[in-house]
Amino acid sequence: MGHIELSPTVAFSRRTVLKTSLVAGGGLMLGLRLPGLARGAEAAAVFVPNAFVKIEPSGTITLIMPNAEVGQGIFTSAAMLLAEELEVGLDQVQLQAAPPDLLRYTDPSLGDQATGGSASIRGDWMRLRQAGATARVMLITAAAKQWKVDPASCHAEHGAVLHTPTGRSLPYGAVAAAAATLPVPTDVPLKAPADFKLIGTNAKRLDTPSKVNGTAIYGIDAKLPGMKIGTVAISPVNGGKLASMNEAAARAIPGVRDVLKLDDIAVAVIGDHMWAAKQGLERLAVVWEGGPNRAVTTGSIIAAMDKASQSSGVVAKKEGDAEGAIKAAATSLSAIYELPFLSHAPMEPVNCLLHVRADGAEVWVGTQVPVRAQNAVAKMTGLKPETIVINNLYCGAAFGRRLDIDSIEIAAGFAKQVAYPVKLIWTREEDTQHDYYRPYYYDRVAAGLDSSGKLMGWTHRVTGSSVMARWAPSAFKNGLDPDAVEGAADTPYEVPATLVDYVRAEPEGLNTGWWRGVGPTHNVFVVESFVDELAAAAKQDPVAFRRAMLQKNPRALAVLSLAAEKAGWGTALPSGHGRGVEVQFAFGTYIATVMEVEVTRQGEILPRRAVVAVDCGTVVNPDTVRAQIEGGMILGLGTALYNEITLANGRVEQSNFHDYRTLRMNEAPKIEVYPIRNNEKPGGIGETGTVAAAPSLGNAIFAATGRRLRRLPFGNQLQAS
Amino acid sequence: MFSLSINGQTQQVDVPADMPLLWVLRDVLGMTGTKFGCGIAQCGACTVHLGGAAVRSCLLPVSGIGDQPIVTIEAVGDSPTGAKVQHAWLDKEVVQCGYCQSGQIMSATALLNQTPKPTDADIDSAMSGNICRCGTYVRIREAIHAAASA
Repeated sequence: MGHIELSPTVAFSRRTVLKTSLVAGGGLMLGLRLPGLARGAEAAAVFVPNAFVKIEPSGTITLIMPNAEVGQGIFTSAAMLLAEELEVGLDQVQLQAAPPDLLRYTDPSLGDQATGGSASIRGDWMRLRQAGATARVMLITAAAKQWKVDPASCHAEHGAVLHTPTGRSLPYGAVAAAAATLPVPTDVPLKAPADFKLIGTNAKRLDTPSKVNGTAIYGIDAKLPGMKIGTVAISPVNGGKLASMNEAAARAIPGVRDVLKLDDIAVAVIGDHMWAAKQGLERLAVVWEGGPNRAVTTGSIIAAMDKASQSSGVVAKKEGDAEGAIKAAATSLSAIYELPFLSHAPMEPVNCLLHVRADGAEVWVGTQVPVRAQNAVAKMTGLKPETIVINNLYCGAAFGRRLDIDSIEIAAGFAKQVAYPVKLIWTREEDTQHDYYRPYYYDRVAAGLDSSGKLMGWTHRVTGSSVMARWAPSAFKNGLDPDAVEGAADTPYEVPATLVDYVRAEPEGLNTGWWRGVGPTHNVFVVESFVDELAAAAKQDPVAFRRAMLQKNPRALAVLSLAAEKAGWGTALPSGHGRGVEVQFAFGTYIATVMEVEVTRQGEILPRRAVVAVDCGTVVNPDTVRAQIEGGMILGLGTALYNEITLANGRVEQSNFHDYRTLRMNEAPKIEVYPIRNNEKPGGIGETGTVAAAPSLGNAIFAATGRRLRRLPFGNQLQAS
Repeated sequence: MFSLSINGQTQQVDVPADMPLLWVLRDVLGMTGTKFGCGIAQCGACTVHLGGAAVRSCLLPVSGIGDQPIVTIEAVGDSPTGAKVQHAWLDKEVVQCGYCQSGQIMSATALLNQTPKPTDADIDSAMSGNICRCGTYVRIREAIHAAASA
């Protein structure tokens, strides 16, 4: 051996991959098998009862993954849901990424074939178990027919049907052809939670073995015979145009093959390798005309938002007379909170490999939206979508970046100009400066307390870009972006009078997009920080103040109590340290966090320990839940401390990891995760840790220093004073 | 033409002298386990071993390598330390998206080769050049300690 053939996103069983790689050692080449169109109709003998299960007479069991694997572990958790009901072991299955197909793979809660909003498990929970159970019933029926026995006397176990009284067994492959001829039953009953074998266990991730030995194939790793590699420059000012370039100088670099333009908005240099392309692009010395946004600065955007935020917006929630209650209150407070533009900065810069022919195209890319990717290539090439094959590969993270298809459109615009396959890779600088950024938010909050310190009225006006209006216009109704107010209009607290409204204010000069944690990452910071301000104004303990408003919300109360207990809330800390608390209900999951921070005399902010209690209902893989909270928290802390995208002269000022920092090993706090287990509906988990980071850290900083920081990132705000 | 010793094999490559090893590995030799993250030695995704030391291949010109042996993620598991690190990574379920993990494993293996029983401070010092946007640091630390005592 030494050559294994992997279709692009197939994760083989752990044992196979490890063994193969150890034997193969060094220059292991992975052949990319082309799935899809070229292969024609599948043989009738293959059992494909639904969109998610395929069993071949050879015994090969393939599970089709409706969601993209961006690091959140969904390939493993989705496989667990299918395997639980199909009665197969995770060591018996191959996984394959779903092709673009809205009819079969639309996420039930997102209304699109998309991976986002921490929605995957919630969308898959019923449909994948049903798919597995339906397939199992058909396989049992086929075996029972062959044996001429009552199907009720048979059961399935580890990829085989057993006739319980006699102990006879038939592997699934042996009955696949017969099962394929049977009608597909409906309403197959699902297992009771007590009977779960896989769901709720710490099953090992199926993609991990290939990710520790270099064999996993991400979008950027795809290759084809005759492929060239290109890199892209887009106008640094949004809306700017190409003025001039030195094509001859670029072509003089050894290995440069082509210099391409795309409608004066982007250029690409194509070479034998990325080094030639990068060198060529430098020598190209592109000059851009600034266009209408050439004077935009972050300051001008914020000034416009401040102005917009002074008029009332579209009402997202109104209960009682909040403004009246605040006016009548014994104590009233108001504040402005600001959150910056953010880049996603996934470790794998955006990229796309395409081979565009006259009759169709093949595309290799890691995307959260395969149908949108297909349509993007169709739009740019004029090809019919059904002639475009999308091979969806592992994503080197996404954080929402790969919910947009701008980089795929641009790549297609270049690839259609050449006959050879071409992989377009953005440099980190290009990736940082041409993102679809998390919007800047400018939030006004106000509240009133009665003489006993009880919250009587609460108003929250969100001002910011509507990602929804661009990305899913049908969900943007009557001027209200439900994402922009998520976590604001649905806090866990009981408040006598509430008014939440939304002012849409689109920034000039950049595009906005989804960023990990979406609405809640923004709003929970504002809400939980301001609740902390109210607790201080009421001279109450922050945990006790929250508890009083959670008396009718037992799950929120339980996570708060657990986090406080585990963190030793109220016990003494060294000077310069402080603890901050936050509570959230987001993506169907309850979380409470107690963050401990040290603030040095020089004003450095050092997160030391995070204690997180989580109730996400039924848990598919507890270790994945823990991992997502740990990792999401680290991303959220680094972002809260360091990250902002700013504009000067219409250009993004940050360019790479030196000025768009990530938390590093030496800065990472201890993180403890305490689950509450129950059989409630599963909640989302992938974004929750990120949501929890900034509010708990901000409140801890207040506890440590008495300083309330209302603008992210916290960065050096304590050092400046 | 440069002659490189990569994973115990000699490879002849006809590339410009200033071409970084990263692109030689990925685009000329087809060894895509070593990753491109930043291109300016800020992220560590491109880490390989050069003469046993962890180095960033994105800024290492091929002309500066000479006869020093190169080991990449594709072969790090052939050494006892590398194999221990890979197994610890699996046991502790370190990986999320995995894109930075080739570099993390190369840095961790170099650390353990030099310091078989590293302290937390040793880990901070050796691993702080490798960033992980998924935030797997908690488990990377655990896995290094586990590999050290395996």
